Amino acid sequence: MEILEEKKNKNKKYKPILEGIPEWPVYQLSKNRKEFLEEVTRKSIERIRELRPSNKQLLDDLQATAYREQNRIKRNRWRVDPKDDAAFWSQVKTELVELSTKNPDEITGLIDQLLEKIVHRYASEIAGNFKPTSYRLAREVVKFWFVRLLNGARVKKFGAFFRSRYTLRDKIHIVGKVKLLRKLAKKGTVVMVPTHFSNLDSILIGWVIHSLGLPAFIYGAGLNLFNIKIFAYFMNSLGAYKVDRRKKNLPYLETLKMYSNLAIQKGAHSLFFPGGTRSRSGMIEKQLKLGLLSTAIEAQRSAYNTEGEQRKIFVVPVTLNYNFVLEAPELIEEYLSVKGQDRYFPENDKYGSFQLIRFLMKFFGNRSTISVSIGPMLDVMGNYVDEEGNSLDTHGRVINTKDYFISSGELTVDRQREDEYTRMLSKRIVEVYHQINRVFASHLVSFIAFEMWQKKFHQLDLFNLLRLPEEELELDYQEFRATFKRVRKQIYLMKEQGKINYASHVKGKADMVIMRGIDNVGVFHLNRPLLKNKQGNIVTKDLSLLYYYHNRLMGYGLEQFI
Amino acid sequence: MPSESNISHLSNEKPVGVIGAGSFGTVISNMLARNRKVLLYARHAADVKRINEERKNRGYTIHKNIQAINDLRVLANSCDVIFPIVPSSNFRQMMRQLSPHLHPYHMLIHGTKGFDITLPPGETIESIKKLDRTMVKTMSEVIQEESVAVRIGCLAGPNLSKELAMRQPAATVVASHFQEVIQTGKKLLKSDRFQVYENSDIVGVEIAGVLKNIIAIASGALSGLGFGDNAKGLLISRGAVEMVYLGRALGGDLKAFLGVAGIGDLVTTCNSPMSRNFTVGSRLAKGEKLADIVADMKEVAEGINTVRIAKKCADHYKVRALITDRLYKVLFEGLTVEEALDFLMRYPLNMDIDFI
Repeated sequence: MEILEEKKNKNKKYKPILEGIPEWPVYQLSKNRKEFLEEVTRKSIERIRELRPSNKQLLDDLQATAYREQNRIKRNRWRVDPKDDAAFWSQVKTELVELSTKNPDEITGLIDQLLEKIVHRYASEIAGNFKPTSYRLAREVVKFWFVRLLNGARVKKFGAFFRSRYTLRDKIHIVGKVKLLRKLAKKGTVVMVPTHFSNLDSILIGWVIHSLGLPAFIYGAGLNLFNIKIFAYFMNSLGAYKVDRRKKNLPYLETLKMYSNLAIQKGAHSLFFPGGTRSRSGMIEKQLKLGLLSTAIEAQRSAYNTEGEQRKIFVVPVTLNYNFVLEAPELIEEYLSVKGQDRYFPENDKYGSFQLIRFLMKFFGNRSTISVSIGPMLDVMGNYVDEEGNSLDTHGRVINTKDYFISSGELTVDRQREDEYTRMLSKRIVEVYHQINRVFASHLVSFIAFEMWQKKFHQLDLFNLLRLPEEELELDYQEFRATFKRVRKQIYLMKEQGKINYASHVKGKADMVIMRGIDNVGVFHLNRPLLKNKQGNIVTKDLSLLYYYHNRLMGYGLEQFI
Repeated sequence: MPSESNISHLSNEKPVGVIGAGSFGTVISNMLARNRKVLLYARHAADVKRINEERKNRGYTIHKNIQAINDLRVLANSCDVIFPIVPSSNFRQMMRQLSPHLHPYHMLIHGTKGFDITLPPGETIESIKKLDRTMVKTMSEVIQEESVAVRIGCLAGPNLSKELAMRQPAATVVASHFQEVIQTGKKLLKSDRFQVYENSDIVGVEIAGVLKNIIAIASGALSGLGFGDNAKGLLISRGAVEMVYLGRALGGDLKAFLGVAGIGDLVTTCNSPMSRNFTVGSRLAKGEKLADIVADMKEVAEGINTVRIAKKCADHYKVRALITDRLYKVLFEGLTVEEALDFLMRYPLNMDIDFI
C-alpha cells in the first residue's frame, strides 16, 4: 500500500562547513595526542590533589581504587581490557602496601608518582585516536554498504544491489534546527547530547554528523561497545573516546572529565550520551549523569577566563526516534528485574557483528524509518541562542553568559555553584528532549494499547499485569480507534504549545495511521508487541515489549486521556 | 532622585537593595544597614520622599545608611544583592518590572511568605476544577520564571518585625541551592543578636514558611475563644503534622519543617498576638466578619489566601488536611469557629506521628 509511505523526504545534502580534515579540531587533537594526554594527566592530578589535599585522604582513595580494580578484573573482564591489567594493578597494590607503612607526611613524592602512573594509564585508556585515513575509509565503507543493502533489500530485483535509487537519507530523516547548528558550529564549540536507546545510536549519530557537513566530533562511547569488533572499528575511526562505566573511582572519573573538558576547551565539537547508558525502560531519560555534563560548564568558564578568544559553547539536545529497538527485549527484562532496586546493570551485549548486519539488512528492506530531531541550540545554562550565538532570556533580551560566572564584578571559580548549574542544565536538556521528541504512529498505538489494558485491569500492579496470559488480552478495535483519536488530538494540541513533536505520518485517516503503527512497532522481534487478529481486534504477543515501546510516551500526562 | 554614580560612591562595597518598604522590609533594611549602605525601594514616590525626609517608616526609625529610592533600574544597577520583600500577590508584578534590569550575577534573597497562583483566564481559585503545582508557585520559582536570576535564596524563620527591631535574640534560615547565596546572606545579616542557619532545600523552607500562616490563624481563633495552653499545644503539634503532609505533596522535604523555618516559626506565630494572621483568627473567633477584619488591616495577612490555595491543593493531591479544611469553611463558608473546633475534636484519628 503506497499510501502508507512516509512523505517524500526533503532532506537535502549539506556541504561540509570546514573544507579539509586538517582544519578539524578533532584532527588537531589527535595529531598532538601525546602532548594532549600529558596535559590531561597533569591537570587531572591537580584537580585530584585539590579534592584530596592530604596524603592520608589520597592514599585511602588510591587503596579503594586498587581494590575495586582488582575486583573488576576478577569478576567482570572484557575483551577490550588491556592485557597487562592484572599485572599493573597488583603492582599498584604492592606499592600502596609499602606506602601505608610509612608516615603519611613523608610520602608526598612517592604518592604523587603513583598517582601519576594511574592517571596517565587512565588517560591513555580513555583517549581516542582519530586517523584521517581510517575516518575516510570507514565513512566510505558505511556509505557504500548501507546504500547497497538499502537498494538490494528494497528493490527486489536482480542487479538492484548495485543501483543507487535509494540513499540513506530516505531512511534516516533529520529534522529540527539544522541550519542553526551548522551556523553556530562555525562560531563556537558544539556539545551534542542525544538520547540513548540502542547501541546503534553511536553509529547513527556519526552518520548524521557527517551528513550535516559537520567536522567529526569527539565522542564519548561506552567501552562495552568496543567489545563488538565491528563497532570498535568504526568507533575508533570516528574519533571516539572510551567511557568505562565499570570504573567509578575518583582518579578515573576526574581523568575522564578532564579529558572532555580540555577537548571542549580546545574547540573540539563533542558528543556524549548524558543518560550514561541505554534507557532500559524505553522512557526518554529523566535523570542525566552530571559528570560529563559538568565539563561543558567548566570548559565555558575556563574559556571566559582566558586572555585569547573566548569561544562560546553550544549545547544541542538531540532525540533519536525509532520504530524498533534491537535490544528492546533484553533491556526491558533488565529494567523489570531491577525495578525498585538500585543495582548495577551488567552490560551484556548479545549482539555480535553478524546479528547487527542481519538486522541492518532487515531494516533497510523495511519501510521503517528512523528520525533524528536536532534540538534548539542552548548555551551552557540552557538559554536559547540566536543565529549570532547570543544567549536570550525568556523575554528575548540578550544576556551575557559570562555573567553567570561573575561574583562581585569578577570571574570566580565556585565548584558548588557549577554543580548546581549542571543540575539546572540537565533539567533543561530533559525538558527539551520531551519537546523535540518526534512521535511515530508506532509509539502512539503502543502507548494507547498498553494504557487501555492497564485501565481495564486497574486492580493489578504492573508485574501482575505483565504476567497475564496474552490470550486474555484483546481490545475492541472501535474502542481502540476512539481512544486513539482522542489521544492524537491531545498530541496535536501539545504540539501547538511546543511540548512535543510528531512525524507527518501521524496525521491522516485514523485507520491508516493505526495500521501503520501496528505494522511498524517492534517489527523485527520474534514476538510482535502489537497485532490485529482475525476479528480485527488488537492483540499482543509480548506485553513486556509493548510496555517498553509504550514508555516512550510517558512523562506527558497523556494517561488521563485513555 | 539619586544618580547611579553618587550611590556607588557611598561606600567601597556596593550597596544592598531591599524591595518593599513594609514592616519586615524596613526592619531587614535596618539590620542590613549596620554593615552596608542600603537602597530601599518603595513603590510610591511620596513614600520615598517621606522616608528620606522624616527618617521614619511604619513606626521604625530609619538607619542613616539607608536611602529610599523609587527606581528599580537604579537599584538593580547599583546592587548585586537584592532582598525582595513584597506581598505575594504583588510579587510577580514586581519581578516583571525588575526583570529587564537583572543579570545572571544578581543575587536575590526574598522574605515573602506566600504562594503565587496563575490561573487560566476567567477562573478563580474556587471555580477551577483542580489546583496543582503547575499553577501554584513559591516566590523563588516566580523569580526564576520571570528573570535570568539564578542565585536565589529565601529568608524564613521566627522573625517578628517588632522584636527584631528591638534587637531581641532571634534566628532565621537562609535557604538556597547555592552556598554562595547562603554565605552572602549570612554575612550581611548575622549579628550578636541574630543567628543565621543554612538550608539547601529552598522550596521546603518556603513552603514551611507559607503553610505556618494557616495554623497561625487557627491559633488566633483558639485564643479568641479564650482557650489556654493545652489547646494550643494540641493545635501546634497537629498543625505541624498537617504542614508536613501538605508540604511533601507540594515538593518540600521533611527536614525543612522540623527546623527554624518550620517548627520555629510556627511556635512563634501561634503565640504571638502581634502576628497579623493570629489577629485575623482571634477576631474571627470573637464573631467579626472576615471582610471587616481585612478592611481594617494595614498590611496583608498572607494566611487568608494561603488557606484558599492550600485547601484546593489538598483536595487535588488527596492530602488529609483537616485544620486547613475547617478553617476554609470558617473563613469563606460561614462555619463558626466553635463548630469547626467541635468537628476537629470529634474526628476519629489516633495515630500521632506516621511520617518519620
